[in-house]
Amino acid sequence: MVKTDVMIEIKDLHVRYGRREVLRGVTLDVYRNEVLGIIGPSQSGKTTLLKVINRTIDSVPGAVVSGTVKVDGEDIRQIKDVYALRRKIGMVAPLPVGLPMTIFDNVAFAPRMAGIRDRRQLEKRVESCLRQAALWDEVKDRLDTLGTKLSGGQQQRLTIARALSHDPEILCLDEFSIAIDPVTTMRIEDVLKELRSRMTIILVTNLVQQARRLADRIAFLFNGQLEEIGSTEVIFSDSPRSRKTYEYVNGVFG
Amino acid sequence: MTLLLVAPLVLIVGYIFYQALPILSLDFIFTNPKDGMRSGGIWSPLLGTCYLVLLSLAISTPIGVLAAVFLNEYAKDNWFTRMVNLAVVNLAGVPSIVHALFGLGAFVLFAGLGKSILAASLTLAIMTLPVIIASTKQALAAVPMAFREACWNVGATRWQTIRHVVLPNSINGILTGLILEVAHAAGETAPIMFTGAVFYKAIQEGDLFAYGPFDQCMALSMHLFTISTQVPGVPHALPFGTAIVLLGTVLMVNALSIIVRTRLRARKKW
Repeated sequence: MVKTDVMIEIKDLHVRYGRREVLRGVTLDVYRNEVLGIIGPSQSGKTTLLKVINRTIDSVPGAVVSGTVKVDGEDIRQIKDVYALRRKIGMVAPLPVGLPMTIFDNVAFAPRMAGIRDRRQLEKRVESCLRQAALWDEVKDRLDTLGTKLSGGQQQRLTIARALSHDPEILCLDEFSIAIDPVTTMRIEDVLKELRSRMTIILVTNLVQQARRLADRIAFLFNGQLEEIGSTEVIFSDSPRSRKTYEYVNGVFG
Repeated sequence: MTLLLVAPLVLIVGYIFYQALPILSLDFIFTNPKDGMRSGGIWSPLLGTCYLVLLSLAISTPIGVLAAVFLNEYAKDNWFTRMVNLAVVNLAGVPSIVHALFGLGAFVLFAGLGKSILAASLTLAIMTLPVIIASTKQALAAVPMAFREACWNVGATRWQTIRHVVLPNSINGILTGLILEVAHAAGETAPIMFTGAVFYKAIQEGDLFAYGPFDQCMALSMHLFTISTQVPGVPHALPFGTAIVLLGTVLMVNALSIIVRTRLRARKKW
């Protein structure tokens, strides 16, 4: 990995919701084509960090952001086309959300909104995304049924397919396995292993072992601050830089 | 318990229907009132009511739905928005006679529309607007936030999200609100009495386009009032016949709403 190739650059990021400060001076880089695991107990600001990156934090009432975040070298607070930024980033939420439309339309939604009208092009895109999300074989005969009628695990893979549908360079997964069974989780993890060569992946998770299985590097957020960031081996070794990291990773708290 | 609720309804409607029976016929619907409203039918007021209701909804629906979309989807939560929301709720509680006076001042006199179908429809529109806004807002708010976030996450604009996800999934509730307002507008007497409805006006029988927007018109609700209290010697069945047609019109619209809603609910998507 070329260490200088920075995909996302976060400097001194502070986020407040009203009076409550949830991120307190976070500085970290995400390298191109790496899998960065972000771990930490709940309320440590992990989800907020993702919302800042694709600027959906703009629609959270009362949120105040300071500091700089650059995606692909561009300061995201300066860019004019926030929708282009969001298309660059695929986001998978903790709870599966099948949009109330057919499976096909779920995946074709983003390309359509970006202006693609050609039916054959859409079909190709939908098939490739569903294949990448390991869902194609289960749904290829019923693409016109409702996405909301799928099972939880299938809906989560549908969400992943949708996140891939606008051809993102970055894929953010926010506790994607929280609502699905272990078998499906393993299938999705296999999918991620395939995708890692082609995109930058940020994996927010409460499951430290999942981070260990998938991530190249791990950032440990605690109480809105970056406690430690380092390679997976170091974080899971007996001597990470911070004592708290050791305790969290080994289940002393959290 | 159910019987207790249904019995009065059946009793009232049945009684009115029974009293109206001697004069109910197609002729009754398609002829104008005659002999100083002591005989004939109700064509002129029936058509007038249809005009008023349709025109007022044509005015208030787009404004109301767009206002609700703005308030629910775009407006930031600040003191101004809260004030507007409060105003909407309070406006819904203003008595119709006050709307009537406002309509008289604003549309008939100030805007110079005179007593006309247009002025009366505008007044009805003002009266129905707050209820339409409130019910539409409620329908929009019932669409889960997660759907909106999922759309924003893939780079859809706010409007695309509203157009493709929020509105299609709230149309059910929006329609229900609108249809309730049809009944409301059809039954109101005070607002139109001051602004466009007249005591008597004969029009071409059977002609659906007999009224123009600047004409004055008759209306069922006012006609009912007139023949029940203002004209001596009206046959007993005539007001009941008028009432049953007004009731029937409103019930038909309600039935339509139930059909639309059940069909939409069958397509409910989550």
